[in-house]
Amino acid sequence: MIELRNVTRRFGTTTVLKDISLAAEEGSFLALLGPSGCGKSTLLRIIAGLDRPNSGEVILGGRDVRNLTAAERNVAMVFQSYALYPHLTVAQNIALPLAMRGRSRFERSLIGRWFPASREKQQEEIRRVREIADQLGILPLLERKPSQLSGGQKQRVAVARALVREPSIFLLDEPLSNLDAKLRVQMRAEIVAPNRRIGRTFVYVTHDQAEAMAMADKVAVMLDGRIAQFASPRELYETPVSMDVAAFVGLYPINFTKAADWTALPGGFRLPPGSLPQGKQVIIGIRPEHLFPDPEGPVRGKLVRMEYQGAEVLLDVRIDGGTLVKAVAPGDWQRAEARGDLRLSYLPRHLHVFAAGSGERLELARDGQHEDERATTCG
Amino acid sequence: MNSRNLIGRAIVLALLFLGAMLVLTPFFWMLSLSFKSQVEIFSPTISLFPDQLQWDNYRAAFERTTLLRFLVNGLVVCGGILFFQILFALPCAYALAQRRFRGRSLIFGLVLAGLLVPFHVTAIPIFLGLAELRLLNTYGALILPFVASVFGIFLFRQAISAMPVELFEAARIDGLSEGAIAWRIALPLAMPAATAFAIFSVVAHWNDLFWPLIAISDPALAPPPRGILYFRDEESGTDVGPLMAAAVVIVAPMVVAFLLAQRRFIQGLAVGGLKG
Amino acid sequence: MRLIDRTRAEALANLWLAGPATVAVLVLIFIPVSIVALLSFTDYQFGARSFNWVGFDNYLILIKDPQARRAITNTIVYAAIVIPLSILFGLLVALGLHSVMRYAPRLSAILRAAYFLPVAATLVAMAVVWQMLLHPNLGLVNHLLAAADIRGPAWLSDRGLVLYTLAVIGIWQTVGYNMVLFLAGLAAIPEHLYDAAEIDGANRGWERFWTVTWPMLGPTTLFVVVVTATGAFRVFETVATLTRGGPAFASDVLVYAIYREGFVYFKAGYSSAITMVFFVFVLLFTLAKFRLMESRVHYR
Repeated sequence: MIELRNVTRRFGTTTVLKDISLAAEEGSFLALLGPSGCGKSTLLRIIAGLDRPNSGEVILGGRDVRNLTAAERNVAMVFQSYALYPHLTVAQNIALPLAMRGRSRFERSLIGRWFPASREKQQEEIRRVREIADQLGILPLLERKPSQLSGGQKQRVAVARALVREPSIFLLDEPLSNLDAKLRVQMRAEIVAPNRRIGRTFVYVTHDQAEAMAMADKVAVMLDGRIAQFASPRELYETPVSMDVAAFVGLYPINFTKAADWTALPGGFRLPPGSLPQGKQVIIGIRPEHLFPDPEGPVRGKLVRMEYQGAEVLLDVRIDGGTLVKAVAPGDWQRAEARGDLRLSYLPRHLHVFAAGSGERLELARDGQHEDERATTCG
Repeated sequence: MNSRNLIGRAIVLALLFLGAMLVLTPFFWMLSLSFKSQVEIFSPTISLFPDQLQWDNYRAAFERTTLLRFLVNGLVVCGGILFFQILFALPCAYALAQRRFRGRSLIFGLVLAGLLVPFHVTAIPIFLGLAELRLLNTYGALILPFVASVFGIFLFRQAISAMPVELFEAARIDGLSEGAIAWRIALPLAMPAATAFAIFSVVAHWNDLFWPLIAISDPALAPPPRGILYFRDEESGTDVGPLMAAAVVIVAPMVVAFLLAQRRFIQGLAVGGLKG
Repeated sequence: MRLIDRTRAEALANLWLAGPATVAVLVLIFIPVSIVALLSFTDYQFGARSFNWVGFDNYLILIKDPQARRAITNTIVYAAIVIPLSILFGLLVALGLHSVMRYAPRLSAILRAAYFLPVAATLVAMAVVWQMLLHPNLGLVNHLLAAADIRGPAWLSDRGLVLYTLAVIGIWQTVGYNMVLFLAGLAAIPEHLYDAAEIDGANRGWERFWTVTWPMLGPTTLFVVVVTATGAFRVFETVATLTRGGPAFASDVLVYAIYREGFVYFKAGYSSAITMVFFVFVLLFTLAKFRLMESRVHYR
């Protein structure tokens, strides 16, 4: 159980974290998602105890951990570069945190390690290391040094080192970003599995929205030092709370079009009458994957470019009114002329509406009257 | 391969060879004399090779003076100095490189300023200090003045700064104390720098004459350079043979060390050149 | 939970880590430097109970007294000989070995070891050997000269000659070091620069040297100059072993003067003044090095 209250962190004149508050349930998989420089790594390090906030509280498992060092907080961390000790073998790397916790200073020293009590503990450590290594499939690598491992193997060793301590909280700082694309997708499952299995809280930092969406129970989208939205992946995707969040989440970049008058949207988009107060300036958004070619569709435009991707065809369409939007057609969609008139269609519920000034999501009213209630529009 | 090139190469090689012979002459001569009898040395004819190998000179050298003792002193003093230098320098370098605290820049500034100060400048006050503490004429007098190696701090700091921060953070999370991190993580990873520094320090102090000349008067404490001087001035008299034999023995350790580990040796001394 | 506040624990850790070294540095370097500076204005003698402040008297002696001045002038002359020649020979040997390395690497390595040997061998011991080499009657040098019907001089006891003799020994001892530094510098010059030069028409040895080698050796040369210079200013072992500054101060140098005045005659105050002069020399040179390094190294 993690709780952050009004955490702020400044470096000189720059405020990297602005009044961050969130709470994650025990055993959940929480992702901190955001572009580089948004402060997510800093937040992770504050949770770990490697850094201290200028103000605010960090509460782990119900305790205020402000005065505790990283080691005392019983957290484990997997770093982006894995941070494996280069001069130790894999087995020694994994065993180190175990030894630090299980044996006293004396028992770890050059002399003390020969005493029977210490030796017993060392046997236990070895057993535990092998158990974890087996779980992660790195048993044959135990005697190697980190420099002799591939990226994926190093990553598993780093995870093993974290798991072996049985901490209350796992912190992971973009651990997959150094791997190539295919391996990354494969490793996602390997990281989520322990969370399901042992039921401890995971906090996962990433800039890759696909990763966050695939792995997390709840995602905190961090933009410019603040939490823009803290919700489940589905909520983020379907009901993003602002334009920035909508733009950040989702495979293809979302299309935005500005409209001075929401009753007369460009290109053929439509909102039912009475959805919004009169005269409201809006920006509508629709994801490319929700915009598809339809000979009877309401959106009119000219096809400018096609990009065949195998499973899909990406289209650049200039709709009436001048905006260039992206649309997605199924892979077997074909067309005689590469350019020319094209009509697109969409499901009304996929149309996002944002206030022109603030970029905030606007809720549309039903029954012709604008009201402030949570509702999805229907066609 | 045209003949022009060949001639050019031959000339260059000949010159280099000649130069090498010139440079090595003192060594040849030293060896030669060490195996000659007194009579031979003083004879009017000169030859490189002795008539007979006089091992006697070596025996005499070891008997007449405490040659072995000089070498042992070299080991003790240089080893002691190196031990304390690393003991003080490494944790400080780690703190300067990877920890933030007030006064960090100040201390690093002191280190940089200290690099500018040659040891000779501090000799008189340190001598006075040691005299006050009644430490003159002890191993302590030979070791203590060199314990604060700003060069060591500088070198280690550069090496540790280059290490990824995450390594140390992982160690903190694992529960290592800062001291443990310095000695068990930073030092092993800084081994190249440590070796170069060790070579530089040992060679410099092994060959030092200035300070032993000042700080001690007991030959039993004399490191090799002071020792051979002592031998020449007090004991060898006109016996050149044993003196040269002693010189061979004194020079041997460094030469052998160099020949066995040329690259490291050169690297260590070259690194020391940074100090200026 | 905790005995002490975490901030305090961190501060304590820093103290333990950096404290001892800092104290040692202050006690062994900065405080002594201040004391030397102060002592230079006194007439303190080791063992005396009290002393007087004499202002700049010590310095005036150094400047005015011809005997005292010799230490300074000798050191400069010595350095002026050793620095250029040691660097020149070091460079020549390095260039030679660098080319030999291409077709006979083993031979090159052996020769390199030979030239470096004087650097590794304990100088005091080798100085004793030089003493024998240069012995007016028994020495090899004069013997060889005699074979050519030349009467060899007393290399170490001739007033006009002794400093130059020491300079030769100094060059002998440092050529190998400079050679090694130049070799490293030469190895770092990328081959394609020579190719480009060749296309531009510079394909003879001399031209290659001036258009590519010498400019690219800039930083290395600077480094070598500074290292050789500071070493030359600190000459001591050979003087102490072979001449003791004599005959008649003909080979007196700064560091030896510091030793003699301070630890043979126990004139701590005067010796401190010499020390300060020495220090200033070294400082000027080192600062010049930093200055030059800043401006020069950016030509790439």
